[in-house]
Amino acid sequence: MDSPPADPKRRRVLIAATSALGAVGVGFVAVPFISSMNPSAKARAAGAPVMADVSKLEPGALLRVKYRGQPIWVVNRTDEMLAALPTMDPKLVDPASEVPQQPEYCQNPTRSINQSKYFVAIGICTHLGCAPTYRPEFAPDDLGKDWKGGWFCPCHGSKFDLAGRVFKGVPAPTNLVIPKHKYVNENTILVGEDEGAA
Amino acid sequence: MSSTETTVGSEPGISPAPGGLLGWLDKRFPVMSVWNDHLAQYYAPKNMGFWSFFGSLALVVLVLQIVTGLWLAMSYKPSATEAFASVEYIMRDVNWGWLIRYMHSTGSSFFFILVYLHMFRGLMWGSYKNPRELLWMIGVIIYLAMMATAFFGYLLPWGQMSYWGAQVIVNLFAAVPGIGPDLSTWVRGDFVISDTTLNRFFAFHFLIPFILVALVFLHIVALHTVGSTNPDGIEIKKGPKGNKWSKTAPADGIPFHPYYTVKDIVGLIVFAAIFSLVVFYAPDLGGLFLEPPNFQPADPLKTPEHIAPVWYFTPYYAMLRAVPPIGGSQFPGVVVMFGAIFILFFLPWLDRSPVRSMRYKGVLSKVFLAAFAVSFVVLAYLGLKPSSDLYTLLAQIFTVVYFAYFLLMPIYTKLEKTKPVPERVTS
Repeated sequence: MDSPPADPKRRRVLIAATSALGAVGVGFVAVPFISSMNPSAKARAAGAPVMADVSKLEPGALLRVKYRGQPIWVVNRTDEMLAALPTMDPKLVDPASEVPQQPEYCQNPTRSINQSKYFVAIGICTHLGCAPTYRPEFAPDDLGKDWKGGWFCPCHGSKFDLAGRVFKGVPAPTNLVIPKHKYVNENTILVGEDEGAA
Repeated sequence: MSSTETTVGSEPGISPAPGGLLGWLDKRFPVMSVWNDHLAQYYAPKNMGFWSFFGSLALVVLVLQIVTGLWLAMSYKPSATEAFASVEYIMRDVNWGWLIRYMHSTGSSFFFILVYLHMFRGLMWGSYKNPRELLWMIGVIIYLAMMATAFFGYLLPWGQMSYWGAQVIVNLFAAVPGIGPDLSTWVRGDFVISDTTLNRFFAFHFLIPFILVALVFLHIVALHTVGSTNPDGIEIKKGPKGNKWSKTAPADGIPFHPYYTVKDIVGLIVFAAIFSLVVFYAPDLGGLFLEPPNFQPADPLKTPEHIAPVWYFTPYYAMLRAVPPIGGSQFPGVVVMFGAIFILFFLPWLDRSPVRSMRYKGVLSKVFLAAFAVSFVVLAYLGLKPSSDLYTLLAQIFTVVYFAYFLLMPIYTKLEKTKPVPERVTS
């Protein structure tokens, strides 16, 4: 049987077309595999809001609750602590909380609803995700006499004040994240939901 | 040895007995040519000394890691609720489980020690230079695969350091502009390090060692194509021909088997003695090989007072910490950290020296190599320590030194005066 002479140009076009179609096919097949590695429906559902009862939280104390597997801090700040906040401004990267790391209702000097003494934040450093250590004391030896309470991240030395605002010259780029939350009543905070809040 | 003294004997190696089992096999699989090409008639330079031990030792440790790892997998449970307890179960209840686990944990540290020494030898001998660029690059890929394996494996005991180490490293991906946060969620399969993450890390930790074996195979094929180099950096293939075994083989070559196999076995015995001392008497090596916080189960709500990666990652970790954020982004630190590894790929083209070996390079090359080695060790130390102003400054200085070795190499290797390279290898 005689075969027709090969046409190299035609052959190249066919090879290119076949390869292109094959690549598209590989792309489609990759979708379920890539998507499969994203959080499952179960992991997404674990983001249900959680309650924090602050009735027994003493002044200056910190309460941890878990939301979406992350630590959420609730701090009952004392008057002395609140009074110290404005004095920290010159040392901070974003004292007015202009970067949207908080719901709008928390963009105020104390970064809390109605400037409440209760401070709610996700307890994860904005640098690389460690849980910073709560250091409420004033002027401890290791943090210096200008320290007026806040958080110190043991991983890379980032510092935050008692409104979760980041200090200048530390690795963390932004203030701590404040999750959506609302007061169910005077002593109960619902973390993860803010609908119907005042 | 002059050529008149050379008496050519029969080539070493195996030849088939007609009709024998070997003959039958060889007709169906190249048993003899593989044995001869890679062992009995692979002629390596006769002057490869002390520094040539580490490649073959690393191969032995890779096999040890795979074998001990398989045995650990028989009793380990990759689940957030059971992982920590299953490791304790291996340590206390499984017959010889403690030995197998300590061999595995000590093995991972020794694997890195051997590979670091192997790489340093490459830098001294100029083993990355033409025609060994690809050989070197495959080696860098092996190093990357090793680091990936070690990183995935470190999460498995589900201790505090496991958990928070993984948290920090996965969050590095979040610093990538734009897609970062989604990327780190994708890697974790959850919003935090969780059971899902542990499960997939176990799968990857099991898989990558086999990819490593394939890469090592490519590394050896590439090595045997271009030939082994030596402390003189002299190409024995280009030298005179004819040795005791073959008229066509390089005069300065000796068969890898039995000469180097026997030599490497001696090295292996010494290594095994040192390795055993650590396994039996100091498996945690003062918190360096097994870190104290990892003896506590992972607690997602509390970071240990001080966290640091295992020692073999700390030079890069120190660099990460040394770079301040720019424009509110961590990305520059991440780029520097990964850049420190990826720059190794370009080494063959950064070195403009006409000679390979440090023996014949000039003073500048020696000074820069020494400074590089010191910076690597100092950064490793700094990465283990909590950050302070002084340490951050030191880390910044030594990060610059680390990169200067590579980035200034085209200049100083051109500038310096090299020594003449002899025709034949020296002893």
